[in-house]
Amino acid sequence: MSRLSEPAQAALRRDPELTRRNAVPPSAADRAALEATWRDPPGLVGWLSAVNHKAIGLRFIVTAFGFFAAGGLLAALMRVQLARPNSTLIGPDLYNQVFTMHGTTMMFLFAVPVMQAMATYLVPLMLGARSIAFPRMNAFAYWIYLFGGLMLYGAFALNIGPDAGWFAYVPLAGPDYSPGKRVDFWAQMITFTELSGLLSAIILVTTIFKLRAVGMSLNRLPLFAWAMLVTSFMVMFAMPAVMLASTALIMDRLIGTHFYNPGDGGDALLWQHLFWFFGHPEVYFIFIPGLGFMSAIIATFARRPIFGYSAMVLALIATAFLSFGLWVHHMFATNLPELGKGFFTAMSLMIAIPSAVQIFCWIATLWTGRLNLKTPLLFALGFFAILVLGGLTGVMLGMVPLDLQVHDSYFVVAHLHYVLIGGAVFPLLGAVYYWFPKFSGRLMSERLGRWNFWLLFVGFNVAFFPMHLLGMRGMPRRVYTYPSGLGWDTPNLIATIGAVTIALSMLVLLFNLARSLRHGTPAGANPWGAGTLEWATASPPPAANFDALPVVHGREPLWQPWPQPTQVRGLAVRQREVLVTTVLDAQPDHRLVFPEPSIWPFVSALATTVLFIGSIFTPWAVVWGAIPVGIALSLWFWPKPGETERELMLEKSP
Amino acid sequence: MKRRCRALAIALAAALPLAAFAAPDMTDAAGPQAAHILQLWRVTVLVCSAVFAAVLVALLWAVWRAPRGGADAPADVSGLMHGEPGPRRSVVLAVGVSSVLLLSLLLASVTTDRALAHLVLRDAIHIELTAHQWWWSARYDDPQPSRMFTTANELHIPVGRPVILTLNASDVIHSLWVPQLAGKKDLIPGRSATLTWRADRAGTYRGQCAEFCGAQHAWMALSVSADPPDQYEAWAAQQRAAAATPSESRTLRGQQVFLGASCVMCHNVSGTDAGAQHGPDLSHVGSRRTLAAGALPNDDAHLAAWITNPQAHKPGVNMPGTAFAPDDLQALVAYLRSLR
Repeated sequence: MSRLSEPAQAALRRDPELTRRNAVPPSAADRAALEATWRDPPGLVGWLSAVNHKAIGLRFIVTAFGFFAAGGLLAALMRVQLARPNSTLIGPDLYNQVFTMHGTTMMFLFAVPVMQAMATYLVPLMLGARSIAFPRMNAFAYWIYLFGGLMLYGAFALNIGPDAGWFAYVPLAGPDYSPGKRVDFWAQMITFTELSGLLSAIILVTTIFKLRAVGMSLNRLPLFAWAMLVTSFMVMFAMPAVMLASTALIMDRLIGTHFYNPGDGGDALLWQHLFWFFGHPEVYFIFIPGLGFMSAIIATFARRPIFGYSAMVLALIATAFLSFGLWVHHMFATNLPELGKGFFTAMSLMIAIPSAVQIFCWIATLWTGRLNLKTPLLFALGFFAILVLGGLTGVMLGMVPLDLQVHDSYFVVAHLHYVLIGGAVFPLLGAVYYWFPKFSGRLMSERLGRWNFWLLFVGFNVAFFPMHLLGMRGMPRRVYTYPSGLGWDTPNLIATIGAVTIALSMLVLLFNLARSLRHGTPAGANPWGAGTLEWATASPPPAANFDALPVVHGREPLWQPWPQPTQVRGLAVRQREVLVTTVLDAQPDHRLVFPEPSIWPFVSALATTVLFIGSIFTPWAVVWGAIPVGIALSLWFWPKPGETERELMLEKSP
Repeated sequence: MKRRCRALAIALAAALPLAAFAAPDMTDAAGPQAAHILQLWRVTVLVCSAVFAAVLVALLWAVWRAPRGGADAPADVSGLMHGEPGPRRSVVLAVGVSSVLLLSLLLASVTTDRALAHLVLRDAIHIELTAHQWWWSARYDDPQPSRMFTTANELHIPVGRPVILTLNASDVIHSLWVPQLAGKKDLIPGRSATLTWRADRAGTYRGQCAEFCGAQHAWMALSVSADPPDQYEAWAAQQRAAAATPSESRTLRGQQVFLGASCVMCHNVSGTDAGAQHGPDLSHVGSRRTLAAGALPNDDAHLAAWITNPQAHKPGVNMPGTAFAPDDLQALVAYLRSLR
């Protein structure tokens, strides 16, 4: 007590409960204090200051699904245009914006962020932690992502949406062939989403390494958390490549550099190397979280742990490594050395092996389990039919001669949707049905869930299977219309009918979500009888996640309970104190007080947005825009004596 | 309503000659390059279908035979305590089989690559193909400079003789794809590429730009006619000849209109003062089947419509519309159509 300041000592005398610590089992007073401590503040300013990972996670998820819906509507528009040959419904200018926005939205604003969003909500709960690491940075990452997406759609609404494709190949995307600001908005959107993605990756890695429940050694880490750990490392290595590429593009466009100008010593292929060095791993960091959802769902609904845990983890890591050695298979049609391409064929085929390992392990799990055939499992089963087909067409695309025929044709459109919808969206929707009770406290309707699944499964195959044929028949991608009489008319019409069916299934999903939110059956803590820690707490979880932090004794904590419940005693309940554990064995390491909610991440994100958007119009925005960013960040990190005092109090109290 | 009917009629009329192509289907190989790929394709489809069927059967069998258990069924954690030799054997076997299959596909792929690289190129004809937004220019090379000639958007090649295409792009990246002849090759500004073809069957094969290249990527077709050798030689001789000189008053007037208008800023007609290379060479435009890289059939009405308002037919195209007096337009069309 002696080193505390006089006012602090006085405060402590007035309210000795300031340093109260939780008991085991936690008392009602502990619970109330924890709730008051960890709750986000009320009111609009409070809402903007929120840092709780569940609040941020839900906003993140809802925003990402909002972009998913927007991207889906754009897809529907394209399918309507392509339903008949020589269609004049939308012209090339709008169509090229629409397909660029669709691809950009789905890849940058939906598929990658939604996985990080789900992880933001779920990973701390799964690890038995009070919070995600760096909660304010997490809020900042969300706001940056939201503002970047809104900027892109704002531009699109003003008819200055990007129109050079989600891959923005130069020289088409360069200053000479894409004058105006359209491509600049695209390139700056990359800056926003990649900044957000990199921050999320850092946050998730730190959370998974340092905030696990006591006893959850790395070999007991849930497979979904492994998937997110691997994904986050991939993000950290892949995203800098595209940020570099897009920054060079912005500089070519804005200040007249010549990175990509072959007439001045630049190289058009440089862009492709940098973009795909990011772009191919990107496919896998969309896919690997999907694998994580699969493992979570299959274990719960087959009533047993996943067969071959070590093989599964090693397969995830192997996939991550191999995915960095595939990028040239997007460039087989260029004039790179043929022998070099052979290496990338070998890598492209090799990456099928770790995926095969996981698929076989899941089938073995289903084979030896007791199946609870609920909607989440249906979506997981749908994954097999669709992803495996997409993986096999991927093997074809990895082989140079076959790729030379079907590359950049509708065959690739079919392939990539089989892989991404089969490999990521089906598991993701399964995950929504699976964890919705945790988010909301209510179960979703099984009946509507089945409708949702079957409409999507049938609609998906009707929409995308004919595209294989279209590609084989010579229809290139990214065309706004096509002549009749080439054998393309009927498959296109069928594809559009499939797209309508998909849209119907999404309406069923939306209805199911809205209805279940109000009228769903109350779920209780663990409606599926699952084995991981997020089901050990109430649904929806309290602000502090767990009244007392759990101690883990096995890989499936809820299926392998200790004879007596074991929990951590002695964490502060009046302050945001968390328990930091060691990286490998998750032994208690030290206690750490986490920051309070703050408006400054939001303000900093706004200031950063001004800088980013301003620099589309003038390079000087980087200079004057840095001033408000600097001010906001300084205020964010301004040391607060009161907080330090309170932390000292905790440290010194018995 | 009436206008819409007319537009529909024009569209239908346009569709008829454009539909003269067979589907540009990669499984309808017309030469050795496409045939090698098709062979590999068939092997791969067979292997992949077998694997797909096996995975689905294993999955459905598992779902069908596994006992059911609700959320309250106790979870079976025995697998965490001791090994599961049965499933382990199956998984190892399945992974082993997959690896062997992948390795054989890799071998098949490399073998096909070699076959593609070994096309015999003796007595080949050389074509320098350059892609532009949104059309193709082709220069047929010859050791004798006087025998070289340039054309656009329609290639003719002799059946049975190899073709060496030197590929360049003048603006953005394009990609050449004629599925019945060979796989595709990108045309990248600043980087020359080579592609080799041989057509063993006479016919007209449709190709199209396969790399997104801007507003009119959709209408950037390339027609390749594989002709019997004598027919090809006749065509080449005709292309080598200077453009026809107008003989009647109407075409003569058309030539004057052409030379007096902005056409000459971009187009070339050999033997006249029009020598620009920014647009398709028009020296023999009358002999082509389509206009605007496959967007319109080549007849009087469409040519007139195209000259007057190209943006209506190919929005974003680099050719500006030109308003001619009706008589001038008629004469111009007659002149251009006479350039056979």
